[in-house]
Amino acid sequence: MISFTPSEEQQMILNTIKQFATDEIREIYRECEESGEIPDDIVNTAWELGLIATGIPEDLGGLGGEQSAVTGSLIAEELAWGDLAIAMKILCPALVAFPILEMGTEEQKRKYLPAFCDEKYKAATAALIEPRFNFDPLALSTTAKVDGSDYVLNGEKCYVQLAAEADLLLVYAAENGSNQGFIIEKGASGLEIGEREKNMGIKALPTYELTLKDCRVPKENRLGGEAGCDFNRILNRSRVALSAMAVGVGRAAFEYSRDYAIDRHAFGEPIASRQAIAFMIAEMAMEVDATRLMTWEAAWKLDRKEEATKDSSLVKMYADDMVLKVTDGGVQILGGHGYIREHPVELWLRNGRGFVTFDGMAIV
Amino acid sequence: MIDFELSPEEQAILEQAHEDAVKLYRPIARYYDEHEHESPDEFIDTMWAKRGEGALFGLGVTAALRIEETCWGDAGLMLVSPGPGLGGAAVMATGTADQHKRFLTRFNEGEPKWGAMAMTEPSCGSDTAAIQTTAVQDGNEWVLNGEKIFVTWGKRAVEQAGIVIVWATVDKSAGRAGMKSFVVECGTPGMKVEKLEHKLGIKASDTATVVFEDCRIPFENILGSPEVRKLDKTKTEGFKKAMATFDATRPIVAAMALGVGRAALDFVKETLEKDGIEIRYGLPRNKLTSIERDVMDMEANYKAAKMLMMRATWMMSQLLPNSIESSMAKAKAGLAVTKITQKAVELMGPLGYSRKYLLEKWMRDGKINDLFEGTGQINMLVVARRVLGFSRDQLK
Repeated sequence: MISFTPSEEQQMILNTIKQFATDEIREIYRECEESGEIPDDIVNTAWELGLIATGIPEDLGGLGGEQSAVTGSLIAEELAWGDLAIAMKILCPALVAFPILEMGTEEQKRKYLPAFCDEKYKAATAALIEPRFNFDPLALSTTAKVDGSDYVLNGEKCYVQLAAEADLLLVYAAENGSNQGFIIEKGASGLEIGEREKNMGIKALPTYELTLKDCRVPKENRLGGEAGCDFNRILNRSRVALSAMAVGVGRAAFEYSRDYAIDRHAFGEPIASRQAIAFMIAEMAMEVDATRLMTWEAAWKLDRKEEATKDSSLVKMYADDMVLKVTDGGVQILGGHGYIREHPVELWLRNGRGFVTFDGMAIV
Repeated sequence: MIDFELSPEEQAILEQAHEDAVKLYRPIARYYDEHEHESPDEFIDTMWAKRGEGALFGLGVTAALRIEETCWGDAGLMLVSPGPGLGGAAVMATGTADQHKRFLTRFNEGEPKWGAMAMTEPSCGSDTAAIQTTAVQDGNEWVLNGEKIFVTWGKRAVEQAGIVIVWATVDKSAGRAGMKSFVVECGTPGMKVEKLEHKLGIKASDTATVVFEDCRIPFENILGSPEVRKLDKTKTEGFKKAMATFDATRPIVAAMALGVGRAALDFVKETLEKDGIEIRYGLPRNKLTSIERDVMDMEANYKAAKMLMMRATWMMSQLLPNSIESSMAKAKAGLAVTKITQKAVELMGPLGYSRKYLLEKWMRDGKINDLFEGTGQINMLVVARRVLGFSRDQLK
């Protein structure tokens, strides 16, 4: 039956995350952006909420709950409303945990999932994006070839979050033209982690270039073993997660510029009393809402295991455009003040622009 | 729980609506576009006979989705289908139980009937508070005087059978507070159609000028309280009633817009498919062709509007206040259908501009959704005021 209300359980999670985003993330995000570091405390506090462990079976140390893309979207929006870089770091381990949980072999689950149920934050990451302007996740340049009992991986990756601290990396590579995931443990030979990247936004989040030079991975480390993985589904889950995060960033910019436009007076009245400003704000509200609902629908399809390439691609494209327009609108409404780093809108614009690039950098 | 699943019964209703759209609407769509003011009598009788399959103007997600299917068939014909229509929606939203019985039961019996809403006047459109039509109490009657334009279903409701909801002021000095709505039944002396408009689109639908000259109606035909409360200028009963009606009807107009938009979108996709052009969803932007980008953009806009429309109608069915959501849905859908159909004409080139196909008609039909039940701008103004918490004086 059609409904637009989160379940009671989802609402409880949502309330907790909202509180966390307001009280914890919003307190430190600008400092993190300026220093380029996210303190362990905040990721550990978030970790205690069990966002990743929830879906892991009890016998592997998890909470044995349901792994839901709809719930994941609600969480991703709230965290990204707090701050995108911090949200991405908090959710980064899911890039390894969720694909193994859904598509891994029994052995892979037993071997790797318990670590995600530890008390402390467990850095793990995935490497998908490659450093070229016409990067296409469906046609990866990184290759995997069978050699004896191993796969040999060659290629270059970029935007690999937390690569330097991650114990586990899920590297995506083309094996005879089919994209597969390979679970690589820290320190594997042929795995070279480059310098930390310097990006326009999400500066608090460490990202790295990665080079694979004849990097050997045991055959059993291919995600899903013999069967391999459903790469399209992973991409779709990523599109939905990123769309939800774009909604969060957009909503942050909308709320801030709305409040600013009410407070800021010009010509004897709030600038929001002028339709030129008021209509921008109305459009922001409308587009943020529309994108959120589209995200929910695509997530709902994912939860039903329906083919969701069309829905998730459409919402991702829409969300990419929306978040740029809304965050740019935020800077515009604040005028010159929007350009100054004392206000957060310039940060949101820089982060908002990134979504077109962030393929595979989050998952629900 | 967030859910987008339709029950098998709901799906069956939509499938039936789609079949009707294909079999009953599409075949005669062009004829009545080219023969404006000609009455599709056979179609009207068929639709009247089918009314038991579900009221066209029910209030809920399924009803709205059904309207979308119908307008996918033809929006002009949808607007000529007999039923309670916008007038009925107003009675439903603001009338008493007794008024529901007196004015709505007729839509389940006898000959085809229509329910019209007369609000716009020659000198006022979106500024509905500036209405000049007067209602003066005389004993146990109201006497109406004034001129209403752009009355959808006007001719049929006035001359054939049905009801007209008329907005009039009982006290001009009271401004918005004096504004009330009244039910005038077909055949009431003093109410007559003065002319029919010639329009850009939805030509199958009659858009009438209705004149009231000492038109007398029973006192009980007022919707809501006759009392004029001047205490709070911004929040007055009469105006709130009008707005409550809009909360119910705007998502319906959004659904209509979506139907026309999807008709255009389907035509584009089918034409491309016949030519071997496939929309490659999931490809990065820089690998998509311009036409793929355009089609995906159209589809995404359609979806965005549809989600807003479904939320607004769902809230209505849950009896949740939905002013902001219904205005968002209407504003977005009106804009989306305008953009989608105009872009579709561009993409289809000579096929888009030719009257051999319906696409050029859909562009003309679609535009009305950005105009009636509040222009796109008025709806954005409603959204803006609500989002900002501003009164009409704070945001003009």
